[in-house]
Order: sequence, then structure tokens, then C-alpha cells
Amino acid sequence: MSDARPTLNIEIDGKPIEVAPGSTVIEAAHALGIYVPHFCYHKKLSIAANCRMCLVQVEKAPKPLPACATPVTEGMKVWTASELAVTAQKGVMEFLLINHPLDCPICDQGGECQLQDLAVGYGASSSRYVEAKRVVFHKDLGPLISAEEMPRCIHCTRCIRVGQEIAGIMELGMIGRSEHSQIVSFVGRTVDSELSGNMIDVCPVGALTSKPFRYAARTWELARRKSVSPHDSLGSNLVVQVKGDRVLRVLPLDNEAVNECWISDKDRFSYEALNSGERLTAPMIKQGGEWKTVDWQAALEFVAQGLTDIVARHGPGAFGALVSAHATLEELALAGRLVRGVGSDNIDFRLRQADFRGNGHATGIPWLGLPIAQVGALDRALVVGSFLRKDHPLLAQRLRQAVKKGTQVSMLHSVDDDWLLAVAHKRIVAPSRMPAALAGIVVAALRATGKPVPEVLDGIDPDMTEKAIAESLASGRSKAVLLGNYAVQHPDAAQIHALAQMLAEATGATLGFLTEAANTVGAHLAGALPQSGGMNAQAMLDDPRRAYLLLHAEAEFDFARTLAARTALENADLVVVMSPFAHGMPYADVLLPVSPFTETAGAFVNCEGRLQDFRGVVAPLGETRPGWKVLRVLGTMLRLPGFDADTAAEVRATIAADTAAIAARLGNGTRVAVEAPTPAVAGVERVADVPIYFADPLVRRSAPLQLTADARPPVARMHRSLFDTLGLAKGGQVRVKQGRGEAVLSAVVDAAVPPGVVRIAAAHTSTCGLDGLSGAVELERA
Amino acid sequence: MLSPEVQRRIDRELAKYPADQRRSAVMSALAFAQDEHGWLSTDIMDAVARYIGMPPVAVYEVATFYTMYNLRPQGRFKVTICTNLPCALSGATEAAEHLKARLGIGFNETTPDGRFTLKEGECMGACGDAPVLIVNDRRMCSWMKIEKLDALVDELSQAAARGEGRPGHGSGGPAK
Amino acid sequence: MNAPSEFLNYGPDAILMVGLNGRNWRLADYVARGGYGALKKIIAEKIPPEQVVAEVKKSALRGRGGAGFPTGLKWSFMPKNYVGDKYIICNSDEGEPGTFKDRDILRYNPHMLFEGMAIGAYAMGATRGYNYVHGEIWAEYLRCEEAIEEAYAAGFLGANILGSDFSFHLYNHHGFGAYICGEETALLESIEGKRGMPRFKPPFPASYGVYGKPTTINNTETFAAVPWIMRNGGEAFLELGKPNNGGTKLFSVSGDVERPGNYEVNLGTPFTTLLEMAGGMRGGRKLKACIPGGSSAPVLPGDLMMATDLDYDSIAKAGSMLGSGAVICMDETRCMVRSLRRLSYFYYEESCGQCTPCREGTGWMWRMVDRIERGQGRNEDLDTLTSVAGNIAGRTICALGDAAAFPVISFIRHFRDEFQYHIDHKRCLVPAYV
Ligand SMILES: Cc1cc2nc3c(=O)[nH]c(=O)nc-3n(C[C@H](O)[C@H](O)[C@H](O)COP(=O)(O)O)c2cc1C
Ligand code: SF4
Ligand code: FES
Repeated sequence: MSDARPTLNIEIDGKPIEVAPGSTVIEAAHALGIYVPHFCYHKKLSIAANCRMCLVQVEKAPKPLPACATPVTEGMKVWTASELAVTAQKGVMEFLLINHPLDCPICDQGGECQLQDLAVGYGASSSRYVEAKRVVFHKDLGPLISAEEMPRCIHCTRCIRVGQEIAGIMELGMIGRSEHSQIVSFVGRTVDSELSGNMIDVCPVGALTSKPFRYAARTWELARRKSVSPHDSLGSNLVVQVKGDRVLRVLPLDNEAVNECWISDKDRFSYEALNSGERLTAPMIKQGGEWKTVDWQAALEFVAQGLTDIVARHGPGAFGALVSAHATLEELALAGRLVRGVGSDNIDFRLRQADFRGNGHATGIPWLGLPIAQVGALDRALVVGSFLRKDHPLLAQRLRQAVKKGTQVSMLHSVDDDWLLAVAHKRIVAPSRMPAALAGIVVAALRATGKPVPEVLDGIDPDMTEKAIAESLASGRSKAVLLGNYAVQHPDAAQIHALAQMLAEATGATLGFLTEAANTVGAHLAGALPQSGGMNAQAMLDDPRRAYLLLHAEAEFDFARTLAARTALENADLVVVMSPFAHGMPYADVLLPVSPFTETAGAFVNCEGRLQDFRGVVAPLGETRPGWKVLRVLGTMLRLPGFDADTAAEVRATIAADTAAIAARLGNGTRVAVEAPTPAVAGVERVADVPIYFADPLVRRSAPLQLTADARPPVARMHRSLFDTLGLAKGGQVRVKQGRGEAVLSAVVDAAVPPGVVRIAAAHTSTCGLDGLSGAVELERA
Repeated sequence: MLSPEVQRRIDRELAKYPADQRRSAVMSALAFAQDEHGWLSTDIMDAVARYIGMPPVAVYEVATFYTMYNLRPQGRFKVTICTNLPCALSGATEAAEHLKARLGIGFNETTPDGRFTLKEGECMGACGDAPVLIVNDRRMCSWMKIEKLDALVDELSQAAARGEGRPGHGSGGPAK
Repeated sequence: MNAPSEFLNYGPDAILMVGLNGRNWRLADYVARGGYGALKKIIAEKIPPEQVVAEVKKSALRGRGGAGFPTGLKWSFMPKNYVGDKYIICNSDEGEPGTFKDRDILRYNPHMLFEGMAIGAYAMGATRGYNYVHGEIWAEYLRCEEAIEEAYAAGFLGANILGSDFSFHLYNHHGFGAYICGEETALLESIEGKRGMPRFKPPFPASYGVYGKPTTINNTETFAAVPWIMRNGGEAFLELGKPNNGGTKLFSVSGDVERPGNYEVNLGTPFTTLLEMAGGMRGGRKLKACIPGGSSAPVLPGDLMMATDLDYDSIAKAGSMLGSGAVICMDETRCMVRSLRRLSYFYYEESCGQCTPCREGTGWMWRMVDRIERGQGRNEDLDTLTSVAGNIAGRTICALGDAAAFPVISFIRHFRDEFQYHIDHKRCLVPAYV
């Protein structure tokens, strides 16, 4: 409620309240703490007013009115529990129950069912309905959502609205009419949205339930524990539900400032990996080519000895750590301390980065540049180089809502992805032309605001779209230029950063980074990157080291140059893998089972610099130990300083006390000077997305997620012109050569890919043989 | 999937609505496709969705909401007779019974030869002409007393024998 | 004896449907009858739009679609200074059982409707319009398409009508089988290419109508009356009827009468007069029950109906509604249980399904009535029926809920004995139901 607007005075159940014009009766009631029974109403969704459960009495209205849809008017008097209201509510409840199966004892929703809860208060004890109940067949909506129990549906349409309004795509609809109407997907289709699981949450009954969770437990047997999502940089707040030592379900925890009441399917269903057979349950050592299970003492002594030997023989610089930004703040901090303790500075988490020329020129830790909640309040945004919808599903959702209210979102990218929001202006260019296109926008913006254009950009002549984007950014009050994962992984990332900075300055926009992972900002804070001339991730592969520590990272999937990573690791003398999963057997020498996020205390710092700590929600599986503890023991064994913290919180305290302390270190400036854009790559260039369910070790092992459409194996997507030039036919295969590597993939025509570009997803076994997320590739018909 | 003729007809409808409201033409688009194919298969609904530019499930919603769309194959001639009260008071019940007997099928059934599908309709806004029925959604027949019903069935049978009517997919199965 | 369509005698009061023979529907014929004269005059004399609205107000023309809302008042709700398109929409989705009057306007006198809409557009500053035609009447739709082309060609529709700066683009939209699309907001959704699901009001169409634009919706007959009003003055129209009930009204008489059909009579005319025009009860039988305003209106016992005049207020006083003017007559051989069963089935099938009470309640009511009809009624059923109907009425988004409930309540109220007989004896009180 803003101060500037007039307020209306109304009275609900005798209590006066001032509300903003345009509010509804139910909002006013909730503000007063008065509960009005409802099903179809959802604070984040459009009003349907179809369930009729929220009928209340309004003075002068002859009939009861739905509180969810009735706007307040000055002097209005409302009674939510008068005889008229309650009679109406009870009448509705009776109707809801006549065709609803009374199978609460076996229903998955039992114990958390809005209908069950309200039926206690508003339902009659026995039914007057003696006719046959309607039959509704189950539906198959794919691997995530169970629609086995559609007779339970009460037609509130929340699921449809979540799809249309939040996910931005209509995959569910209502067919038929009258009592025969049913919620369905299009004939035989699955629900593929990356936000689909929210349909389950909003379903007030047990019609849509979690397919992986189905029948796993009764809800009241579950303990509910708070946690934080380890996936994208949003840091969605979670409720992790456990029974014994098993995580059985993950739900959103409301946090208006972060994830509101939503989570992505990745946040929701990745837990299935925790219970997968690929878990590493005890330390293992490779001796004479044979893997052997050992106890922790033996494993850590082996590592300590190995490291000591290599450092002694080859110097500390022979040791490097490649760590994941999905690791916790504490793990990353101690990994850094370990590396530096032995005298090296070779540590990096920027595993998918290709351009390190900006190194050492940044003014602070790259971050979103504004609070997450502010994203929805922007007037203008330019998103540069982002697979937005899949990389940041809930940030995309915030922008989607903003666009509906008038925000102009523009896009500069190398593929014309559908973000499921109305994009104001789109500039789609081949990767190597991205800096030039951005420079075009910069020049247009400078000219539009009467500022001088730097000499290096003299040759730039903005096209219509670039001008339109600049104009869009120049207008509006609150605006941002946001750099996505792809922009950061771009071979010219440093120039893109510098140009974006110039654009932001010219237009008065905030410069921001969407940031890749749950703990990308945290990794910077923890010092998980070279600080005093050490080698970055790329350098450690180009100039292979003798010993590597791999923390939550996998050579085949998590690097820009997976092939180089593989080779470097295979040739090393000692490779220590710290992971919850048994992987890296071909190159590792030691496997140390460390906890996933559910089995350890820790913290992530999200894109807005918010430090969110969490505790383990279940005991570590088998011999698994929290990573920070393993590193602590290792540090102690090596007699290094700084490894005496007793708790994760103590470790954390040595890095960043709290969110406020972090804020001071954030900054998106770069001192890299803008250069004249280099000529475009001749020949075909690769664009690699990191698909949502390949992006980190957990999602890769979640069986239900791997069954989704988003987890389909990569294909080579290209413009029709390239497809024809290669002489490909429908269903044909193409051989892709990149650097030393190659892959054979199905070729697909895709109008969203610009000419001269091939889109091949990364982080998958079928493409990890290719050498680099970007750059020139050779294609031939296979 | 959509013939040039159907596309031409859809385009004419599209011109009736603002350029950003293409969806408004979906009802006609489905009706035209049905005129040609006899019923709306998944592929046709998908094609209409693509042509108009709307989610396929939204097309499906529309196709199942309005009763004149056929979501299963029908006989060459779909005969829908109104049995609502005003018509019933003027002989519709007898007319319907006669049709059933004459065709040897009940409501929502198709004759084994695939020529006729019989449907029970709701008010067609022509109660003064009762009994009224509609042939293939387009041709309304009024005052359908027994003799006229017989004449109509004869006429349509002959037309069906000539391969007229909508493409026959009827296999004698249920047609709802 | 049923008259063929050439029999176009709407009665001595007819002013709208006068001079029609079924073939003279074309533009030239209409113009010869003085058609488009009102539009020409308004444009030639640059009559201010407010004056047109005032004239319609004066006429006491009330909506002919069912609710009887004063038309002039509705027109005055349209925002005046709105920037962008405003719409007017004609509701020709006539599908209320018993109603078949709009079809005659569409096929025999379509230009009267178009002229009325053009005048309405002028009065409300609307630039675009749709005429939503019921799905089942394809021939009428085609005729409207043809007629509309004539009107465009003659400059009565389109850009710069009759050389003025007034433009109005009118199109026909064809439905495809859904009674609920007669409900105005469902109709809007349907035009938008969606399922015909009524919208919750507010916002009302005048502020948020089709495509979110200000919109006015009127029934076919309502628009059709406008040219006459503008030609002869609101006063003259009012005088044909009664205060607050201006003009003539088309009544669709169906059921057990000798000559079912449409009759145009002055509002306030005794029902008996209308019944006479329709040739009286078939075979000289007695009127047992009459639904005076389309199937959604409460049924009235015959003797009560025989004493009632045909206007909004009189029929309301008798306990029913004038509604759409569909008069369904049932004679003494008719079983009330069976009649109600068919109506209940209709509402059950036609409910759009969004509101809980309507979706669940219409099926429940139909099943109960059906059971009673089949001789499986229980003693408590009649009270349950009444109570279920009461739990639907007034608690839904649109008036279909009421429309489904009223017949049930009124049939049981007036013919409870017959229902009780069914329950007690497992058969009809009226064995001769045909
Ligand atoms: C279920 C239902 C069906 C209706 N069907 C029609 C109809 O077929 N034709 C019509 O003109 N109005 C119908 N109406 C009334 C319209 O909602 C609306 O009131 C009318 O079109 C307004 O026009 P008027 O003011 O000229 O009467 C229906 C209303 C309901 C609730
Ligand atoms: S009352 Fe019935 S028809 Fe009307 S909106 Fe509700 S469910 Fe639909
Ligand atoms: S919550 Fe208001 S009608 Fe459903």
C-alpha cells in the first residue's frame, strides 16, 4: 500500500481496516488475519472465482459474494461468518464433496489437503447425495506430475493458471464442459515446463501429486526441514521432507524476496539423485589399477602423502584445485585454504569460462546488481547472452510478470530462444558477432544521449534493432543490463563485460550478472579463484598439473573444454575426487564421498549476495562426510593453519559474517578497456547451452528429471540454410569436429538458430568429446 | 493437414479480427477443417493451433467445449435432432424414436455402413419449426414429421451411396 | 396446422416485422421499407450521440435477451473519452429453449439489425462490432454474411459511413454449439477464441469487454428496435407499450398450441390475446402450465398465466419473468415431472462447468428428477431438490445457475402433487403424456 494513493475504509466482521483501492475482500480479510475459506483463489494467480467457497455476506448485496473477486468499496461492510455466508459456504462444500472420492486414508494429499481441512469445518457428517459418483480417467502428464487420481479434481483451475501465468506456457487445459469437464494436457502430450511442479503445490486436493513421491510415505510421517537449493543462482528456499534418513520430497519454502512461493522442477526433483545407486558410500583408492574401498584414515593419509610428495618433487605449483560453484561456502573456503596452505594459488571454480582477460580487472564480485525482488520492478531490461528460461527459471518468471505490467525486456543472444515472455526487441547474432552487436547498442545509446563515442567504436554503425534496444533502455526509470551465463562463458567475455558497462553508464542502467550457480558469488567470496598470480581453470588444463583436487566437479561435464580436462586429469599423477557420487574412475586416484547439500551444514550466497545457510537434513549416507570436515582433517594432517573450526558456522565466520558484510565486496565494474570488435569467425560457430538437467551432478542423476523433454540427448540444431548446404536430409546425422574432438549427432533444422551457427548442448556424454563451448566447428554429413 | 481451401477460408475469418487476436478465428478454423475431414483428429487440432498460433491444448479446449465439433469419426451424415422440451411438445420425441428405428441405431451411434450418425441436440433456436434437425452442422430441416424424415433418410442414403457427405470413417462404433 | 416460413404474419401490432414475406430481406427491400432512414438522418443532421442515447432511454426499450435491462441506461455506461476501439456486440446466440425470434430477424430482416447496430455504434462511439450467431443456424449466418456485404457496399457500414467521419466495422461471428455463449461474458470469451466461460463481474463489459475493450452487448431484437425508435421517436415506442415497458415485443410461442410461431405484440397485451393469435391450445385442450419467458423462467400454472398481461412487470408480479419472450405452453396431458426432467437435463449438459454449485448441482438435480421420473424417487427427494436448487441460485458466476434452479423450484412449488404421485406410485399422474 503506497502512501500516495487514497485508501478505502471498510469493515470486516466488525473490524475496521484501511485498504488500497483495487484490493479484494479476501485480501483485506487476510490483512486482518481473518481466514476466508477458499480453493481457487491463489495470491499469485489471476482471479477465477469459480470454486465459490469464499462466499461472504456484503451489506446491501442480496446474494453472497465471492470474497476473492469482489473489489472493496468505500464503507463496505462484510461478514465472513454470518449465517448467510456460512450457509453458502456449507452449500458449496456439499457440492464439492458429492463427486469427490472419500479416499483420504489412501490419498497422497491426506494430511495436507485443503479440501479435507475445510470439510471438517464446513462439511456435513453424512451425504445427501445418493447418486453414482462421476468417473474421471487418469492422465499421463509425464515423469514428474502424477494425474492418476483425477476424480479428486475440484476444477479450481489453479494448475492451468500456474502454467499460463507463472510458467508462461499453457500445457494444461480444461476440456469438455459441465460436470464432464476435465483437466488435461493436449492429447498424449506431457507437461514439459521447467516450472511444472508448482502445479502440484497449488492443487488444493490430491488430484495432481508428485509422481516420484507417490505412495512413498504419508505426509504426517515426514519431518519438514528447511534448506536452500544448490542449483541455480537464485537460491530458492526449500522445505525438505525426510523420513528416517531419506529425503522423500522437496517443496518450496515461501520467501517473497527470493523464490516467492515457487521453485523450479530442478529444485524440486533433483533430490531423487540423493537416493540413487550412483552414490559413493565409502572412500576408495586406486592401487595398481584396481579400486579398493578403504577407511577414511587410509584414504586421507594417502591423499596427504601423495600431495606432500608431489609438492616436494615438483613444487607447490604442481597442485591445483578445480572446484564447483555448487559447493558450499565452507567447502570452497577450506579448499582455497588447502591450496594456499601448500603454497599454490591454483584454484578456480570458473570451469566453463573461456576468456580470462578480465581477470584482475574487476572492481568487485560480480552479482545481480540489484535485489532479486527488484527484477520484477524494472521498467527496462536488456538480457545479454542468456538461456534465461532454463538457466534461471524463476528470474525469467519475475521478468514474465513484469512484462505483463509493461516492462520492456530486450534480448541480445546467439539463438532466438523462446523465453515465454513478450520480448520487446531481439538481436540474434552469431557468437563472434555478439561484441559488435553490443557495441552497436552502445553507440546508439551514446548518440541518443549526446555522449561522445569512443574512437575504437568509430566503425560501428548500429542497425534498427540495436537502436531500438538503446532507445528502450534510454527511456524508463528503473533499468538494468543483465549478463547471462552464456555471456560470461563467451570467448570474448571480457569485452562483452566492458561494453555492457559502457552501455549501463550511457543509459543510467544497472549492470548485473545473473551468475551461474547456487554459490557463484560465494565462490568469489571464499577465494576459490587465483588471488596472487595462480593459474585459472583454463590455464590449469592448458598447462597440466601433476596433482588435482576435484570438488563437486566432473571432468566430462562441468568444464568449458571437457576434452582438455579429461586429458589433463588422466595424465596427472594424483587426482583426488571429492563428490557424493562415484565418478571419475578413469582418471581419479582417490574418491572421497562428501555430502550433498542435504547431508551437511553450509551456506550458499545467491546472485543478489544473500548469504543463506542451512543445516544437514539427513545423516550422511554410509561413510559419506561433509566436505568441509574432510578438508579440515586433510588440512590438519598436512599441518596447515586455519583448519581448526569446529562448525561450519565457524568456517563461515572467517569469510563473511553476514549478507551486509558481503554487500561491501560486490561490484560489477571492470577496468578492461573497450576495444574495436574483432572480425567475425569465418565458417560455422558453435553455441552451447548447458541444458537445465545436465547442469550439475545432482540433476544429472535424478531419474525423473532425466526422463523429461529437457533431458533429451543433444542434437545439432542449425538454420535451414546450413542444413541444406551440408546436404542433410530429415533424420540425418552430422559429424561435428571441434579442436581435437568430434561427435556424431542427429541434425535438426531450427529456425531459432542464426545462419552459420550450430547449437549443440554441452554437459552430456554425447558431446563431451567436443573441445569447447564456443568457437569454430567443422560439420559434415555423417 | 489444412488444405489451401480451408486455409483460404480461415484467412477470410482472420480478417474479421484485430491482427493481434488471431485466436478469435479458431472456432471457424475448426469448423472448416471439420467440413473437409469430417472430424477433428489430434493432427488437425495441432495444425489449427500452428496456423492460428495458439497452444494446442487451448485448441483442444475449444474443440471439446462446443458440441458441434466431432472428436471422433462420424458417419457421412451426422443427424442431430433437438429433443428439448418445446420440440418434445411438438413431436420431437416421436421423430427421434422413428429415426432410431429407421436407422437401427441409438443416439451417439453410427450405422454399420458408416452413412449415418445420430445425435441428440439441444435447443437450436427454431422451436417453432419442431421437430427440427441438422444435417452435418449446416443444413437445418424443419417440421420433420415421419414422412419427411423418411424422405430425408432416403435422400441422404442415396447421397452417401454416391460418396457425398463428409468423408466416411464410420465403422459402426460409438461416435461420441 | 404449422405454417410454412412464407406465412409471415406477426400480428396486427407488428411494427418491426411488418411487410415481410421471407424473400424481401435484401438491402433494396429494406431501404424501400424506409430502412437505413434513421441512420441517414442521424448522420445528415449530425445528431449528437447523447441525443440518440436519450431517445432510446425515452423509449423505455428494455433488453430483449432475457434480463430486461433498460437499453438506454446500458448505452450510457460506455466510457465517453476512451482512446482506442470500443465494441458493440449483438447477441444472436439464441438458444434458450422456446426462443426462436432472433432467427426471424436474422433471416427476414437482417438490415434492421445492422442499422440498429450502426446507430448504437454511433451513439456509443464504437468502431467495431460483432454479430454472434448461434451455431446451429448456418443458413441465417450465411444470409447475414451476404447482407453485411450489401451494407458495406452501400456505405452503411465500414469506414466513413455515408461520407461522414463515423466509421463502424461490423462482422458476423459464428458459434458452434454452446447455449452458455448466450450469456454475454461467455460470448465475449467465445469471440476471443476461448471456451465460453462466463466472466465474473465486475468488471462489466462497458469497462472491460471483448479484448479488454469497452463493449456493449445487446440482444438482436433490442438492436432491431432501435431504427424504429429513431425514426418515430422514443415517445411513440413507449406509447405502444406501458410505462417502463416500451414498445412491441416478439413472443415465440411453442408447445401445445395450434400455431407455434413468432408474434409481435405491444407490451402489456393480455396473454390470452397472444394465445388466440397462436390458434389457441392444440385440440382445444386446457392450458395446464406455461413457461412465459424461456426455459429459465419459473413455470406458472395455466390459470395464473391466463390472467396475466405480457410485460416485464406483470409477469414478474405473477411470479415469473418475461425473459426472452419464449412462451412454452403445456396442456393437461403433459407430465410435469417428465417436462422438468428434460429441462434439467438441458442445464446439466449446458453448464459451462466452472462454478462448483452449477457444475455439481445441475447433475445432482437432473439425476434426482430422472430417478423420480423412473419411479425410483424417495420421499426426501423433493425437499432435497428444492434445497439443492436453493444452494445453486444466487451463488454462481452467471445466471445459468439461477436458470437451472428456477424451473426445479417452480415446478415443485406448483406441481408438488404430481411429483409426490410419481414417488408414491412410481408412475405418471398423467398417463397420457405424449
Ligand atoms: C445462461 C444465459 C443464456 C443467455 N442467452 C441469451 C441469448 O441467447 N440471447 C440473448 O440475447 N441474451 C441471452 N442471455 C442474456 C445476456 O447475458 C445479456 O443479458 C443480453 O444479451 C443483453 O442484451 P439485452 O440487454 O439487449 O437483453 C443469456 C443469459 C444467460 C445467463
Ligand atoms: S453458473 Fe454455471 S454456466 Fe454460469 S459460469 Fe457458473 S458454471 Fe458456468
Ligand atoms: S476462492 Fe473465491 S470463488 Fe474460489
